[in-house]
Amino acid sequence: MQIDPRGPRFSAVLTTLVLAASLITGSGALLAAQTVVFAIGAVVGLRYSPYGWLYRRLVRPRLGPPGELEDERPPRFAQAVGFGFGAVGTVGYLAGPTWLGTAACALALAAAFLNGAFGYCLGCEVYLLAARTRAGLSHE
Amino acid sequence: MSETGLVVCAGVLLLATVFGLVRAARDGRLRRRRSGDEVRLSAAELGAQLGESVTLVQFSTSFCQPCRGTRRLLGDVAAATPGVVHVEIDAEVRLDLARQLHVLRTPTVLVLDRGGRVVRRASGPAGRAEVLSAVAEAAGGSAADAAHAAHAAHPGE
Repeated sequence: MQIDPRGPRFSAVLTTLVLAASLITGSGALLAAQTVVFAIGAVVGLRYSPYGWLYRRLVRPRLGPPGELEDERPPRFAQAVGFGFGAVGTVGYLAGPTWLGTAACALALAAAFLNGAFGYCLGCEVYLLAARTRAGLSHE
Repeated sequence: MSETGLVVCAGVLLLATVFGLVRAARDGRLRRRRSGDEVRLSAAELGAQLGESVTLVQFSTSFCQPCRGTRRLLGDVAAATPGVVHVEIDAEVRLDLARQLHVLRTPTVLVLDRGGRVVRRASGPAGRAEVLSAVAEAAGGSAADAAHAAHAAHPGE
């Protein structure tokens, strides 16, 4: 599936804002909501996540058509990684220990910010590393 | 309102900004290999013939977005410069070579001289001007490299 690359970038900006707010307020509920958004993006695709919907309704009509499309798999993989951190952080905030919530939320914030501000897609970068590690393990 | 959260948030954004800026500055720069850790690739290892003067080796993965731009750029340079060949390798298919060369990301671009020696390397999409100057530099290899190339092309001799 090919998608407009500006969609995930827009989602990353919104994700950054929500994660920063979760971290500052220490709100497990807010982080839980973001974790649900991550899950939707990972399982059914970014276009069906609330941020993807906002992008299509509000942002894309104001922009021209995309110059180039990109494969949906790396950003989806990144959403799955985000879901992992979000889930651990939510448990930390709601059930304790709080430092676990803070740490997981901080790592997810770093990844989302790098994606939104610099277009650096952590999921895309670690994809080859993951493939190398898998192959290395199956050789042993 | 969590004071710790506020401090951590500011710290994360600051560190990530520094990382992002450093990375943006270094991304795609074709850096010279240090002499002493010489790496050579043969046609057999690449699975393709070396160029007569320069070989541009590109490691890609199937869904790497910036790899497309790099493919176009290196393809253009190879088409426009006699003796220059562009070889694209799927890093997932050639995990052996990716591991041997410590390829961590795609695209990774290696500039080989006529003897298959890696003279420059970039991780991230390289720029046109830098590729052109690296090609010119690698094409100006010594006669010893040419002799090695003849040997590398026919390793049995």
